[in-house]
Amino acid sequence: MARITASVYTSHVPAIGVALDLHKTQEDYWQPLFAGYDFSKQWMKDNKPDVIFLVYNDHATAFSLDMIPTFAIGTAAEYKPADEGWGARPVPVVKGHPELASHIAQSVIQQDFDLTIVNKMDVDHGLTVPLSLMCGELDPVKDAWPCPVIPFAVNVVQYPVPSGQRCFALGQAIRKAVESFDEDINVHIWGTGGMSHQLQGARAGLINREWDNNWLDLMINDPVACAKVPHIDYVREAGSEGIELVMWLIARGAMADVNDGQRSGPLPQVAHRFYHVPASNTAVGHAILENN
Amino acid sequence: MALDKPYKDVPGTIIFDAEQSRLGYWLNQFCTSLMKAENRARFLADERAYLDEWPMTEEQKLAVLARDLNWCMALGGNIYFLARIGATDGKSFQQMAGSMTGMSEEEYRNMMVAGGRSVEGNRRIGEDGDAQPHRQPQGAGSKKEGN
Repeated sequence: MARITASVYTSHVPAIGVALDLHKTQEDYWQPLFAGYDFSKQWMKDNKPDVIFLVYNDHATAFSLDMIPTFAIGTAAEYKPADEGWGARPVPVVKGHPELASHIAQSVIQQDFDLTIVNKMDVDHGLTVPLSLMCGELDPVKDAWPCPVIPFAVNVVQYPVPSGQRCFALGQAIRKAVESFDEDINVHIWGTGGMSHQLQGARAGLINREWDNNWLDLMINDPVACAKVPHIDYVREAGSEGIELVMWLIARGAMADVNDGQRSGPLPQVAHRFYHVPASNTAVGHAILENN
Repeated sequence: MALDKPYKDVPGTIIFDAEQSRLGYWLNQFCTSLMKAENRARFLADERAYLDEWPMTEEQKLAVLARDLNWCMALGGNIYFLARIGATDGKSFQQMAGSMTGMSEEEYRNMMVAGGRSVEGNRRIGEDGDAQPHRQPQGAGSKKEGN
């Protein structure tokens, strides 16, 4: 059967993609940030998954105000990097895994989560920046991402956005779905976005290092409590765009120590943890958790 | 019964909820059109004519022409949509976010490098942090206005 062996958490700041694409990673401003992912790139090589289930949010790219799905799963064979207004990022096309994605869609919907199924969409920096951070710089034509990716887009742009609790429960349903897939494959689940940042108004530039790190501790060690943090705490403490962190709870909820909404058994292994301020407007958080 | 909106008392912050989205529908859809290179070129060639193709309010059009992102947001714009205007102008997210504070680009960048804006005094309207209404605009913007 298929199994989830690890979860990866990372911010997905667009400026990180720009720094990579313009080969600025060794500049003084960016070097400390990319150094925080050196371990992760090696870890990806040593623990190469067969499929990545990548939770991210679309930033008004594939989904304008025409349609706003709360949870959307990509079931396509491939996804092109989107032109977000600056031209598309020069990174490889993202190959999907239609069989596993369709299987997860069916299983999760039958567990009472009403997903939107997407067969055609471009993927923006929310998805490609985490891939670049974990896989390094790749040639858009000659290279390929190390494995297929199932994009899973969460609406955190227009309120109402899903609660942390709902995301945490969804993660549990996704794990059950993966484990009922017959093929023997190794799946990683990634939660992306955050950490504290605000891109608007007089409060733009808000960073809350202490809150971020306390939240990260809670997410790793007591995800049941972390899932209960209400939206307003994210907005007030981590900035209006800090709400993206609810997506990390989908990945955390899919780990082996979460069963029937409670923690049981040993905590996952923290293979790596990193925090850095700033990347453009944003506090960057990153962690890798391995199932025991 | 009215919906609970606990986020209304956060200073310097407009949450993009269904109410804002209704206000800003055409403004944001106009922004989305700038994801196509040919539309970016047409917009830059004659901004007013391009805006007039959209059923936006006159005030929304003026806010776009002025590149006043705070004004755009008050009229229902959302930053991820408004970012298409910035991209069309060749601006980064940092330049766009900074422009909403009154600070110069350098001041805003330095604030971020120094660890960002503190949350202290900026959690609720009525405190005394730098994002509070009575302390706007910030940085170079405050000097320009002779405050």
